[in-house]
Amino acid sequence: MSAPPTPAIEVDHLVKTYAGMTAVADLSFSVARGEIIGFLGPNGAGKSTTMRILTGYLPANSGTVRICGHSVATEPDAVKRLIGYMPENNPLPEDMRVSEYLYFRGRLKEIPRRKLSPRIDEVLELCDLKRVRHKIIGQLSKGYRQRVGIAEAILAEPPVIIMDEPTIGLDPHQILIVRDLIAGLRGRMTVIISSHILPEIEMTCDRVLIINRGRVVAQGSPADLRREVLGRSSAAPSPRSKTFSSRPRGAVGTPSLPPRPCLQPHPSMPSPKSIAHETFSHAT
Amino acid sequence: MKHFLTLLSHELRMLLVSPSTYIAGTAFLFFMGFIFTGILENYTKAPQDVSPAHVFFQLFWLPVFFMVPLLTMKCLAEERRLGTIETLLTTPVTTTEVVLGKYTAAYALYLSLWAATGGFFYILKRFSSDPRLIDSGPLIGGYVFIALSGLLFVAIGVFASSLSRNQAVAGILCFVMLAGLIVGVRWLGEASFLNRDMLAPAKAAVDYAQIFTHYEDFTRGVIDARHVLFYLSGTALALIFSILSVEAKQIHA
Repeated sequence: MSAPPTPAIEVDHLVKTYAGMTAVADLSFSVARGEIIGFLGPNGAGKSTTMRILTGYLPANSGTVRICGHSVATEPDAVKRLIGYMPENNPLPEDMRVSEYLYFRGRLKEIPRRKLSPRIDEVLELCDLKRVRHKIIGQLSKGYRQRVGIAEAILAEPPVIIMDEPTIGLDPHQILIVRDLIAGLRGRMTVIISSHILPEIEMTCDRVLIINRGRVVAQGSPADLRREVLGRSSAAPSPRSKTFSSRPRGAVGTPSLPPRPCLQPHPSMPSPKSIAHETFSHAT
Repeated sequence: MKHFLTLLSHELRMLLVSPSTYIAGTAFLFFMGFIFTGILENYTKAPQDVSPAHVFFQLFWLPVFFMVPLLTMKCLAEERRLGTIETLLTTPVTTTEVVLGKYTAAYALYLSLWAATGGFFYILKRFSSDPRLIDSGPLIGGYVFIALSGLLFVAIGVFASSLSRNQAVAGILCFVMLAGLIVGVRWLGEASFLNRDMLAPAKAAVDYAQIFTHYEDFTRGVIDARHVLFYLSGTALALIFSILSVEAKQIHA
């Protein structure tokens, strides 16, 4: 896919404050088309706020955001047609059936009626939701609900997909499925996913953006970041990496993390030691 | 406005598949039937000056106080509590379409509940030997009044729902606003301190907003453009405030 001249997402000196608290402080980055980018940072780093500003749901205090060349502040309607968004905690109506919900969302996203049914079948297949298509969303398990959210985000085939913590609360096998699903979008869509756990996103992302207190503190490919942080920590073992200076030690590794090779269909639980190597805070 | 019909059909569909709609409808008809029977009983005891329809619709405030908050408290508060308003507003729909869709669905339910009470009058006409009991004037006037005032009442309910993410708070707010509008204004109209010359404009405004007076006019067959304007402008105002409220909550999230 030849890259068009405008990047998919351009964020320039973005600032957002809530009642005296700065959530996003002068954030700038850009994402090329077809790139999968991971947003990494501890809780309260400004990930969700940034994502909400990208979708146009929240207005920024200053700075500009452009999605495929359209400004979020001045052309919200154009931007809404370019994005698929799955918010934090994946809110879904409790009393609708999966296929009904996707149909409703598809109509709102202006998919022509003719194309909608085949497209719903396609995303249900893609997200492995065929078995539950007639179930009521409120009765689904967390993993299925998460996949309904992802199916909804990719439904209209938007050029940009924004997902806030798509793997939160999933078991290792489901994380693998979600990861493969996102990897399958590579090249076709620009994807931004957020997480506070590096291994969850490093397998899928081309680039990881680490933010803390509303600022980009590091960015690069997962391998580069790992090398940099591990290298620094071996040179000076006692101080923590400045990247995660505010994060409490050991707060990020969850025991449900899958092992890094994603070829295994049923991953066994990783040993605590392997988790320690997976996360920055333990590595430092 | 191209998403309005999508949103409206979605809302109506959700109302139709929800058991609470049918429970509310049954309870409403039960309650109204109880009132209607009570009115008819009075007619069996002594001859009355006015037709049963007149008395029946005069008690409109009773169901309005309870039904309107119950019908509308959920519409925007629930979306905000679940967070689905975020996914809704990040699609190419406008806040206006969302609010109008919810409002129209709630109003349609309100109207259909009242329309179901038409059955009472049908039964009365079918089984009573006295044709004087059915006076078509107050009957039609009453239903026109219900339809027109319902526009404003439901809009107030939607506005209350936009103010809070808690359904109970929204419901109580709606109840208080409706009580203020219906009973509060009536009480103000009877208050003597407004009779001073200085407060004459305020007195005129209060008299204009007397919903019970509007009702009397409607049942007498007087459809005054000022009354129609009162309800239409009030509805527009309440809906505009609802839209602004939803948008303001977004900005100050």
